[in-house]
Amino acid sequence: MTQPAQSTSNPLLQLWRNQESRGVIIQIITMAVVFALLAAIARNVVINLEAVGKEFSFGFLLWPAAYDIGFSPFLEYTNQSTHLRAAVVGLLNTLLIAFWGCILATMVGFVLGIMRLSSNWLVSKLSYAFVEFMRNVPILIHILAIYAMVVTLLPPAKKALNVGADAFFLSNRGFYVPSPVFEDGATIVGVVLLISIVLVYFFKRWARRQQDDTGKIYPVLWVSLGILVALPGIAFVATGMPLSWDIPVLKGFNFKGGMAIKPEFLALWLALSLYTACFIAEIVRAGILAVSHGQTEAAFALGLRPNRTLQLIIIPQALRVIVPPLCSQYLNLTKNSSLAIAIGYMDITATLGGISLMQTGKEMETMLIVMGVYLVISLLISSFMNWFNHRIKLTER
Amino acid sequence: MRQKTTAVLSAAALVLGMAGTAQAGTLEDVRDRGVLRCVVSTGIAGFAQPDANGVWGGFDIDFCRATAAAVLGDASKIEAVTSTGKTRFTKLNAGEGDVLWRNTTITFSRDVSVKLRFHGVNYYDGQGFMVKKDLGVSSASELDGASVCIQTGTTTELNLADYFSSNNMNYEPVPIETNDEARQNYEAGRCDVYTTDASGLASTRSALPNPDDHMVLPEIISKEPLGPATRHGDDQWSDIVTWVLNATITAEELGVTMANVDEMKGSNNPEVRRLLGVDGSQGSELGLSDDWAYQIIKQLGNYGEIFERNIGVNPPLGIARGLNALWTDGGLIYSPPFR
Repeated sequence: MTQPAQSTSNPLLQLWRNQESRGVIIQIITMAVVFALLAAIARNVVINLEAVGKEFSFGFLLWPAAYDIGFSPFLEYTNQSTHLRAAVVGLLNTLLIAFWGCILATMVGFVLGIMRLSSNWLVSKLSYAFVEFMRNVPILIHILAIYAMVVTLLPPAKKALNVGADAFFLSNRGFYVPSPVFEDGATIVGVVLLISIVLVYFFKRWARRQQDDTGKIYPVLWVSLGILVALPGIAFVATGMPLSWDIPVLKGFNFKGGMAIKPEFLALWLALSLYTACFIAEIVRAGILAVSHGQTEAAFALGLRPNRTLQLIIIPQALRVIVPPLCSQYLNLTKNSSLAIAIGYMDITATLGGISLMQTGKEMETMLIVMGVYLVISLLISSFMNWFNHRIKLTER
Repeated sequence: MRQKTTAVLSAAALVLGMAGTAQAGTLEDVRDRGVLRCVVSTGIAGFAQPDANGVWGGFDIDFCRATAAAVLGDASKIEAVTSTGKTRFTKLNAGEGDVLWRNTTITFSRDVSVKLRFHGVNYYDGQGFMVKKDLGVSSASELDGASVCIQTGTTTELNLADYFSSNNMNYEPVPIETNDEARQNYEAGRCDVYTTDASGLASTRSALPNPDDHMVLPEIISKEPLGPATRHGDDQWSDIVTWVLNATITAEELGVTMANVDEMKGSNNPEVRRLLGVDGSQGSELGLSDDWAYQIIKQLGNYGEIFERNIGVNPPLGIARGLNALWTDGGLIYSPPFR
């Protein structure tokens, strides 16, 4: 009723002048532009694919792949398998390198980060030099350099280094180790192992409750280790040691039997892990430095010993700073693993996004699948890390 | 990564519409640009390799130059778009190159599914195996259990899989991106065997420090007719590439060489006169100048001269003409008539 006359005369102008409705209008316009752009892109794809006479379909996934993959540790694969199976082999290889990469990167990263904070000058500077060297050289160069070193410095298969007990061999075809062969009764040992893990879990809960109630601290670590070693050990002896080793032997061109860590895997694993570890080292250092020294002093004043202080006071607080950027590093490592293609490690980029793409000519389809796969893996890692972050966050009472 | 970037770029080209513009009118595009872009390999001695000054030379490059001579009148106006076995068709189809001269095997799926247009064979090849002599192997049938270096994304990879499974043999494939990487891995002993087309093996062997320590096994396990390719959808451009190849062959059949081409213009042979543009209007029907074939032969020579200069019996490659001799000499090289 009190509004000026010229505004009521033009309701559109009035909407625009109102800050709230203006916000909504701008958002609607932005969305419209974004969707128009997406639609234009989709239309272009359809028109261009039509112009080259290509059909957009995923049927090619069921055609026989016709090529061989040298590294398929989990899945039976022959050249008669489908492109889909080749993609799955690649996916598993990607997951394998990402899994072991994240583990090694975390371990090395924590060690380097803690070394960097050491009061020992040499230890701290060594860590500093290593971190600065690794993270300031592109990852692709590391991968190629380590691969070249592995392939040219190690001897060929026929002159392989016998690195232990005539069962471990090192050559530029890979690191050959004996593989376990499970015989009758091995399942019993496995079941006993599972039971001991459950026992350890309940013992830990009981010990924690006892500590809360009475303040008495039980040697949880040693008892747990005892349970984990003793029970399966007894079962193993009782069932007559149902385990033998398949030892690699040089036959013809290559070693037969045993397991091999291929040079492609080794080079990629080391390069990715060491490179990412240097970023993790800095994150760990930042995390520990973020816990104020007053916390340590307070713990000492309460009479806690230094290792309990680290375990109960510093690490839980540092983790809150460390975990979110750590997640980004895991994502980086996983995505960087697509550089595998440079040295012929058969990950999903090399199988589906490489050879299958080439043999079928389905660029759009294969690239879309590969992108989707990396997206899903990354989202899974993110959600796991978010869950973990949530678990360790400060519980305020 | 070079390969990945290209694949992504080509996907992006499909998305953003560059591929569409590159469809028709390749001839006009090349004329406007003043330079012909050929998709070639990253380096195979004798076939496509830059010299110390960065100038590309080789058998495939000379055919690229022949195309430039026909279209632009100047064999030097080429740009080499390097590609691995895996990126070549994406590069061609995305319009990064005008024509592909890259020891590429003609196959059904490439012709039909990958949507390429092939224009005849400029080299009849076949897949072979190279091993170190001290391995003591004399036949491919003794290769059970060997590690084999292969360039990924090639027909070689598929032939290899077929050959080993049909002979009930196992092998460890060691996939490699380029010929040079394959050579390094083979030299270091990462693989026992290097397999590719016999011409590529001859070229790789010549580049090894002691070529005599290595041998090419007698088995040839596949037919590899190598030839140029273009995109679908530009018939005029396809005709040009087809007849550039045929012109070099016809010139050899008719005895027209780099040295005598000016003299031959005065020949009484009507086919020579048509070829060199003295009579008839074949050039303008193709959309080129009438002396297009004359320019090819004047600047690069006929098929035989191109062959001998780059890969012929003279060292280092020393490949005999064999299947690549003219049909009149017991080979398979044959051109439809210029009529």
